[in-house]
Parts: sequence; C-alpha cells; structure tokens
Amino acid sequence: MEIDLQTTLVSIAYIIAAILFIVGLKGLSHPRTAVRGNLLGAIGMFIAIVVTLLDQKIIGFAGIIAGSVVGTTIGAALAIKIKMTAMPQLVALFNGFGGGASVLVAGAALIEALLITPDPLIQTTVAAAASGLIGSVTLLGSLVAFGKLQGLISEAAVQFSGQKTLIILSATAALFLAGWLVSDPAFMGAYWALVAIASLLGVVLVIGIGGADMPVVISLLNSYSGLAAAATGFVLENSILIIAGSLVGTAGLILTNLMCKAMNRSLSNVLFGGVGAAAITSPGKTEDDVYAGRVKSASADDVAMLLETARRVVIVPGYGLAVAQAQHAVRDLGNLLESKGVEVEFAIHPVAGRMPGHMNVLLAEADIAYDKLKEMDLINPTFAQTDVAIVIGANDVVNPVARNSNDPSNPIAGMPILDVDKAQAVVVIKRSLSPGFAGIANPLFAADNTLMLFGDGKKAVLELITALGQI
Amino acid sequence: MDLITALTIFVLALFVGFEVITKVPPILHTPLMSGANAISGITLIGAIIAAGSQMTILTTVLGFIAVVFATLNVVGGFMVTHRMLNMFRRKKD
Repeated sequence: MEIDLQTTLVSIAYIIAAILFIVGLKGLSHPRTAVRGNLLGAIGMFIAIVVTLLDQKIIGFAGIIAGSVVGTTIGAALAIKIKMTAMPQLVALFNGFGGGASVLVAGAALIEALLITPDPLIQTTVAAAASGLIGSVTLLGSLVAFGKLQGLISEAAVQFSGQKTLIILSATAALFLAGWLVSDPAFMGAYWALVAIASLLGVVLVIGIGGADMPVVISLLNSYSGLAAAATGFVLENSILIIAGSLVGTAGLILTNLMCKAMNRSLSNVLFGGVGAAAITSPGKTEDDVYAGRVKSASADDVAMLLETARRVVIVPGYGLAVAQAQHAVRDLGNLLESKGVEVEFAIHPVAGRMPGHMNVLLAEADIAYDKLKEMDLINPTFAQTDVAIVIGANDVVNPVARNSNDPSNPIAGMPILDVDKAQAVVVIKRSLSPGFAGIANPLFAADNTLMLFGDGKKAVLELITALGQI
Repeated sequence: MDLITALTIFVLALFVGFEVITKVPPILHTPLMSGANAISGITLIGAIIAAGSQMTILTTVLGFIAVVFATLNVVGGFMVTHRMLNMFRRKKD
C-alpha cells in the first residue's frame, strides 16, 4: 500500500512537470513571457529530478552526485562563456549529449531488463533499438556539426565516392541489427553493434552537408534528440520522458520544415544534395555578363548623403555581418539615423545565420529592440515604401534570380527572398563581388538603384557613421 | 504502463507540441531550440535510476556517463536560454 502511494505521488509529480514544460514552451510565444516560460520549464525539470531521486530502486547516490557535479560544471561554464555567434555549435553539442544520454540509458535499461527476464517485452526491445539508433545518429551527427561550425573540420559539404552507398549500407545494417536485437534480446552485442553502426551513419550523414545548410541540420538533430528521449521513455515505461521527448521532437521537426521552406529545398535535397561542395560554375550567365560595366561603387560619403535625405531605412543583415562582428556598429548606425528622424527597421531572413533565429539573437545582444526585428513576410510589402535598404553581409537571400523559379540550372530557384530591390535605393556593403553560398552572381549588385560600398562590414559601417556625423 | 497507454501519451504529446511550438515567433527560434534542447535532457531521470540502482557495474558506469551527459544538456541548456532571453527583455523594460 505504501509503495502504491509513492508511485502515485511520483506520477502526479511527473504530470506537474509535464504541465510546466508545456506552459513553459507556450511562454516562448512572446519575448515578454519567454524568460518566465524558460524558468517554468527548469522548475518542471527540477521537480521531475527530485521525485526520481526518491525512487526506492536507488541504493547509492555517489555516481549520481559525481556525475551531476561534472555535468553541471561543464554545462554552466559553457552556457556562461559562449559567444552568441557560437550559439549554433553549442546547441549542436548539447543536442549531441542529450542523444548520447538516451543511448546509454536505453542500453542500461535493456541490461537491467534482461537480468529480470530473459525475454523482455517486445516494446522494450523495439524502443531500445530506436533509442540506440536515433540517439547515436544524434550524438555523432551533432559532434560533426559542432566541428564544422567551430571550424575544426571543413565547413564545405564533404563528398566522396561511394558516400550514398555507405549511407544506405550503414542504414540497412543498423535496421538489420535492430531486427536482430528484437528477435534475440539476450544478445546485447546486437545493441552495441547497432550503436556503432548508427554512429558511423551519423558521421557520414552530416559530413556531406555544407555550412550554410546547418540551420536545417541542427533543427533536425534537435528533433532527433527529442525522439531519442521519447523512445527511451518507452523502454523505461516512463510518461514524462515520452511527453517531453515528443514535445522536443515536434519543435525540431517544425523548425526543420520552416528552414527547408525558407530555402525552397526538400529535406532530402539538403541531406543528400551535397550543396556547397565546390563553387558551382554557373551555367548560362557568367559573372561578367551580369556585372560588367554596371556595378556602381560608392564611398561612405556618397551613402551618407543618401541616408541623410531618407525617411525610412531597412537594414538587411546576413551571416557576413556576424563574421565581421559588426552588430554593435550597426546598432549605432541605426540609433544615429533614428536620432535624425529616420524610421529604421531590420529585415531578417529565416536562414540568416547558422541556426533558426540566430540573427535575432545576435542583434538582440547588441541591444537592438526586438520590435525592430521584422520577419520576411512582414517586411517584404514595405520595401516599396523604403528609401534606402542597406544590405550587410547577405547575398543569396536578396538575389532576385531566386524569382526565376522555372530555370532548372538555378540553385536558388523559388527560394523566398527579401525584396530589397523594390526599395528606392539599395546599398550593399560587401568586401567584393564574390558569390554567396549558392555560387551564383547576384544581379542586385548591378541594378540601377544599387550602390556598392566595398569593404569590411564593420569598418564600412563605422565609416558611414563618421560620414553621417560630418553632414 | 502498457504499450497502448504509452502510444496514446506519445501521440497526444506530439499534437500538443505542434500546437504550442507553431505559436513561437521566428525571433525566438534560437531560444526555443536551446530551451527545447534542455527539456530533451529529461533522459536525466532515466540516467539517475541507472546510476543509482547499481544492478551491475556496467549499468552503473553507463548510468554515470549518462548523468554527466544529461546534466550538461539540462543545466547548460536552461542557463544559455535564460541568458539569451534576457537580451530580448533588456531593451523594452
């Protein structure tokens, strides 16, 4: 009777934790409520952990305490020290560890189940196989993504002969081992072999994907880490793991879908297309055809004069802005223009940055108010009423060529873009005319209403500020 | 908990997740991802049981490593999300 009471109490605590997770995620629907939402999630986690510690199966706390001290120290240090530009690789790393934990927990739970009965329930073994497979792909895939984003391994889409065959072979082998584990659970070797093969699969899958496609990869791995946790929940027959895991699984899938749509590419094209392997020699128009004699280079003074008379300016930041560390300079430019009575807004393309929403975080860090950060669908209709659009470190996401959706040789055909070319004047701050990730020329740079301000993003913006101050 | 109960919970949670997450604006997608990531560290409670029940040496060791991984995920995830969300709050308050 006493045990029943405790089980009931634990179940109730898990329900409360689940509610807190859901209400917490709901809080993220607005910046005002988001901080509280995140805290509610953390409280939910705390409750779930505390009631778990009361579990009667636990006979020693040494390993738990030692492990959580190590994990907390590393996790907290990373969370405090990490630069906002490095957020994508940190999230990738955390994702990977979550997936890794699921693999280990499912493995341990399977071993324990086999100690009790040589013939565990089929749902236990199926779920353990799922957890081992998804979790291992998540762990190694995330580590490769981390390495790419951190610059430890080539950011390019690494392609080698037999890559697809290797992917198919390792996926088939993983499924075969999963089937073996289910039909003969007593053979734990099948589980660890599955983990090894799935780890290989995780590496080959992600190594072939280019740096600019990382927003999709990180979203997908995020989803996997949730699904691995849910699968572990099936192994442990634990409701809170299933609930929390599926919440995260959907979050990742929704973001994956949004990122694919933002690039007008299918998930399989991102995963297997090898886009970004090498510079694409653009068929049809060469760069000379597009640019020759049409590109107008301007000085900071020219641009300052243009801005001086503007009433509405939209700044379009791309990943190049973050690379140049120009966020604070851009904030100062925005503030200066506002002090002169100019309306300033920022246009954020969904795939600006290396993970969903990354650019917003970088600008928020520079103290730019969130209500000035406008998503693509909201800002696009306003470009026609915009006097000057300033593009900093963005290329493909403002390339009008994307509108020619019927040209099969066009790698960005149909990709939704920011309609900066509709503005009265466009200023593009860029080092050179070099192509973006898609490897194609950008007719925007040669448009009649475009001025090129060549130079390093940060330096150019600082020069603009000086020039504006002198007017 | 039988399979059907578990599947029911799973499917319903997927729908709840879909309803809640689609309402998160793009501006908060990075914190959403890191926050959701922290929540997926819920595997920690399985890790705690594996590390604490000490049924075999192997499961204890696996549990210990899993506790390290999962706490890193949970603590780091919630903290970094908090740090980011504070940046969005700063200017308006």
